[in-house]
Amino acid sequence: MLRFIPILTIVLMIGPVSAGLIGTILPAFGILPALGGTTPSLEPWHALVVQPGLGASIRLSLVNGLIATFVSVAIVMLFCAAWQGTRTFHALQRILSPILSVPHATAAFGLAFLIAPSGWFVRVVAQFTGWDRPPDVAIIHDPWGIALIAGLVAKEIPFLFLMTLSALPQADTDRTAQVTASLGYGRVAGWFKATLPRIYPQIRLPVLAVLAYSTSVVDVAIILAPTTPAPLAVRILGWLSDPDLALRFMASSAAALQLLIVIAAMAIWIAGERLVAVIGARWAIDGQRFKQDGAVRGVSAVMALVAAGTVVLGLVVLLVWSVAGFWAFPDLLPRGFSLRVWARELDAIGNSLTTTLLIGIPAVVIAVTLVLACLENEVRTGKPAGRRAMFLIYLPLLVPQISFMFGLQVFFSLLGLERTLVSVVLGHLVFVAPYVFLSLSEPFRALDPRYGQTALCLGASPTRVFWQVRLPLLTRAVLTAAAVGLAVTVGQYLPTLLIGAGRFATVTTEAVALASGGDRRMIGIYGLFQMVLPFAGFALALLIPAVLFRHRRGMGAQNKG
Amino acid sequence: MRTFVSALALAVGVATTTLSTPAFADPAPDVGNWQSVLDQARGQTVYWHAWGGEPRINDYIAWAGEQVRERYGVEVVQVKLTDTADAVTRVLSEKTAGVDDGGAVDMIWINGENFAAMKRNDLLFGPWAEQTPNFAYVDVEGKPTVINDFTVPTDGLEAPWGMAQVSFYYDTAKLDTVPKSAQQLLEWLVKHPGRFTYPQPPNYMGSTFLKQILTELVKDPKVLQQPADETDAEATLAPLWGYLEDLQPLLWRDGQAYPQNGASMRTLLADNEVDIAFSFSSGEVSSAIEAFELPDTVRSYVFENGTLGNTNFVAIPYNASAKAGAVVLADFLMSPEAQLRKQDPQYWGADTVLAMDKLPQDMQEAFANLDLGIASLAPSERGTVLPEPHPSWMSLVESEWQKRYGVVQ
Repeated sequence: MLRFIPILTIVLMIGPVSAGLIGTILPAFGILPALGGTTPSLEPWHALVVQPGLGASIRLSLVNGLIATFVSVAIVMLFCAAWQGTRTFHALQRILSPILSVPHATAAFGLAFLIAPSGWFVRVVAQFTGWDRPPDVAIIHDPWGIALIAGLVAKEIPFLFLMTLSALPQADTDRTAQVTASLGYGRVAGWFKATLPRIYPQIRLPVLAVLAYSTSVVDVAIILAPTTPAPLAVRILGWLSDPDLALRFMASSAAALQLLIVIAAMAIWIAGERLVAVIGARWAIDGQRFKQDGAVRGVSAVMALVAAGTVVLGLVVLLVWSVAGFWAFPDLLPRGFSLRVWARELDAIGNSLTTTLLIGIPAVVIAVTLVLACLENEVRTGKPAGRRAMFLIYLPLLVPQISFMFGLQVFFSLLGLERTLVSVVLGHLVFVAPYVFLSLSEPFRALDPRYGQTALCLGASPTRVFWQVRLPLLTRAVLTAAAVGLAVTVGQYLPTLLIGAGRFATVTTEAVALASGGDRRMIGIYGLFQMVLPFAGFALALLIPAVLFRHRRGMGAQNKG
Repeated sequence: MRTFVSALALAVGVATTTLSTPAFADPAPDVGNWQSVLDQARGQTVYWHAWGGEPRINDYIAWAGEQVRERYGVEVVQVKLTDTADAVTRVLSEKTAGVDDGGAVDMIWINGENFAAMKRNDLLFGPWAEQTPNFAYVDVEGKPTVINDFTVPTDGLEAPWGMAQVSFYYDTAKLDTVPKSAQQLLEWLVKHPGRFTYPQPPNYMGSTFLKQILTELVKDPKVLQQPADETDAEATLAPLWGYLEDLQPLLWRDGQAYPQNGASMRTLLADNEVDIAFSFSSGEVSSAIEAFELPDTVRSYVFENGTLGNTNFVAIPYNASAKAGAVVLADFLMSPEAQLRKQDPQYWGADTVLAMDKLPQDMQEAFANLDLGIASLAPSERGTVLPEPHPSWMSLVESEWQKRYGVVQ
């Protein structure tokens, strides 16, 4: 049975994505029998091309996605190069991990509350300048999409940082650093010349996932991106919810175009990688030592801290808004505080938290089970998953959500599975499993094989070795992966809404619905509640091993993160 | 591999049979026989698709749901939409997929453009609305829009739920005089550039503002009551585009960015980013003051030559799973008790569709004694109610606006 699990996992990943893409691409060429589209035509594409501002929407998606990804990767790499192995590095590690549990939309709202013209930063400035009204400048929804880039970068840095962290042990970084230092290289230059080339292939798929996400993001874009015109993904959502069904065809061709944009972004990125590889290969052996890198190190630490600090400060402002009485500009704090909104919303929040768990727990359990089975299968067959298998598991993260979710909805309704818990869980699983795989594969493969070999020599069956040796040793890694998975499922908006037909009110769907009403107190409350579950998940991942192994110091050491 | 395939097939089979929602046919209720409707409704669950962006409204809907559960055994679940069109789209896709029974949507809070689209595509159950017991209280004579939704006759396919009229609001602590017509607004903006904006069309409130201007400037308002393609639309719309030519550069953010809906426009006023905003209900402004969203010095007013007014409704899709339950709920929403609570700004602050003189004495008094809230306009203060144009004008204005002003880069 075990050997079929990898195939089953890949089927569960590829099935929905392919079904969804077919359901998108056929209508893009005029084929949707239900709407009377039976002959292939290019009409939807004609309709799309004449949409006002299409070029600007494409540019926003493509350029901003690339810039956001580049900036995130650059900051993470610089920071790792400058501080790896130091106390600063471990301190930041502790700050960044919980930030990973902040959903994108929450982080975006927090950022908006900080940097908007009526936001907290301007209020601080106004204390000195005496402004009584916010400056009339577009800081968020700015025409260049700078706010969007900032929002994406702040949220992607923790993710890429943790992905890099899990890749570091394989590159034997500490000893590499000793060698480069003894050869007289500066810390940063040594890392870039000797460590980066071995790390980058490991984090390449996560980087491409970030690129795909940034290029096709919907929720963060609604909160921060310009609206005249909006990035393509946001407009697709608008066309899909138009009462005029004829727009369905055009929306499908736009969703197909979104896929092309993501592919183009990846092609540009990969071309950039090649270029860097060629230049980097020369630079690596030119012998320059760059001893004086104090400034670079300082800058990289500041940038990483600003990114983390912004998210944390944004959360503080969200919290203050949620208990605010009337809060006029330019007051730094509300004139009064009130728990009224909290009191009113508690019931509703309880219900939506329950629904969130009802979807999230099965999705996470299934994902962790599948991933563990795949990894255990690798151990027993001695064959790690190849590059191609990895790519297939990653596929759902590389294809824009909006390009296949609507097709998937049609597919589920054909099966009669629409609006059921099963279909919503499957829809979530597609996104949860890859992240669980990302999070768990590294510690699993890094586990010393001699534990298992010893147990086998003592006569234990492979199954018993898994349950009694490998799994306990990996307790913390498994729980962390589950927490990552939970954070992913809590954050899902489109899949929950579309496949669940609005029947599944999770904290995230409620938050987005209420955000459409613009009441900042509600946004504050729901934003915080979006964090509660993932945060609790990460806390449990730390606590449970500590409690389980409190009398077993050796296990504790194994289960240290 | 064979075992794997058969196991997968089995799993999918079990999942589909046990967990999918059974699509059962709910026979159309006989609204003429009210008792039979009540009997049929008992035990049904009504999935009511309604915009979910306003906590106060969500709370009111939850209250109404509790009431009909206690009284008639009907469960109500609000599906919170970010856009009413989502529900219309869903019913349409069900129809095209051949789901003619057991649909996902039992009731929609709707009006105007979406109603016209649903009626045109035969997506509505009915007629039923005018046979319900509480329809007898509805002010058909005094509020003609309760049976004419954006000039489209309702034909009993939707039940009136609330009245809405555009009113403007501003902070009396900051402004002494306010512009009271389209023309005055433009002159005022020349003196105070950047201190006004409207939500970005096709948002409902934004499109409403454009229609308000159009109605004020058009030479012959009667033209707007006909479908746009039966008139010389270009000539009719020319004054609007001429006006916007002057207005756009004077808007907040020079017209480069817009609030996305009425609520975010309210936030702009609260943050002192703009001086004047507007809403479809002055009661909502009072409610917003109650909820600390606006300073308590904010007050409402209307334009001197009148503002657009309309009615919003609840409608039942043709393939709803719980038609009887939805009819019972809709009837309760028109009851004097439910309408009284709805008009109370403590809960919502939206105007009733009922005629005072048709109500029992005690209810008339209760309505008369309502404290409408400091920023609400009494019926005597609301001036003329202008009729909504035919829905086709809205689509035309929206697409043309998108071409002219939707792309600024």
